[in-house]
Amino acid sequence: MDQKLRLYCNTDQLVNLRQFLNGKLSGTTMSEIESMQVILAVEEVCANLIIHSHECNPTEFIELNVMRKNGSIVIEIKDYGRGFNILEYQEPNIDQVLKTKRKGGLGIMLVKKIMDKIEFESNGTKNICRLFKNL
Amino acid sequence: MLEIKTIKEEKYSILQLEGEVDASNSVELDSSIQQLLEAGETGILVDASSLEYISSAGLGVFMSYLEDFHEKNIKMVIFGLKEKVYQVFVILGLDKLMNIKNTKEEALEEI
Repeated sequence: MDQKLRLYCNTDQLVNLRQFLNGKLSGTTMSEIESMQVILAVEEVCANLIIHSHECNPTEFIELNVMRKNGSIVIEIKDYGRGFNILEYQEPNIDQVLKTKRKGGLGIMLVKKIMDKIEFESNGTKNICRLFKNL
Repeated sequence: MLEIKTIKEEKYSILQLEGEVDASNSVELDSSIQQLLEAGETGILVDASSLEYISSAGLGVFMSYLEDFHEKNIKMVIFGLKEKVYQVFVILGLDKLMNIKNTKEEALEEI
């Protein structure tokens, strides 16, 4: 089921990302609710990269690869440029989000709560974020 | 694809959401709520029965108004959430912060 998607850095592309992942996850043992949550987690990482790392520049792209590995679904998200280390990012808590009336900050919280394992690696130009969900 | 319809009733307004809210269109949800506030609405029912998906961009819009609503005594109640969408609220504990009801009738009792 090794499958790749090239996603150009425009938020209008997120709907294509959901369709792509839906196709990949529908053949697994995941329930509809579970696979929707995995899709959401992947979208949060991608939206973050599109908006913050690539400033919605539609000529730039990120690459997705969906794999099955040792009883897990692994979604690999690759981008080139200013990396975003999701593991080092300290997300705000819900109270801070409420008090500051900020509209962001919830996405990474969702990713960390939904996925079973997260890896990040970067060599300075190529960044890879891997999201794992146990089947 | 997101469609938002605002229906004005005598004592409240209904915000009908259909489709998917993500980072590409959450600004539309934001401006719909903003318009209701500018019109002085004090009761907002969010009909989420045709909402198929919401990402943090949409959740963030709701969250950003909660303090203001509280201060100005504006009631917002979300009803009709599909289980898969409701579970996204639950993951973040937003079901404890927002007024969420199953049916329109139950939601109306809160206004």
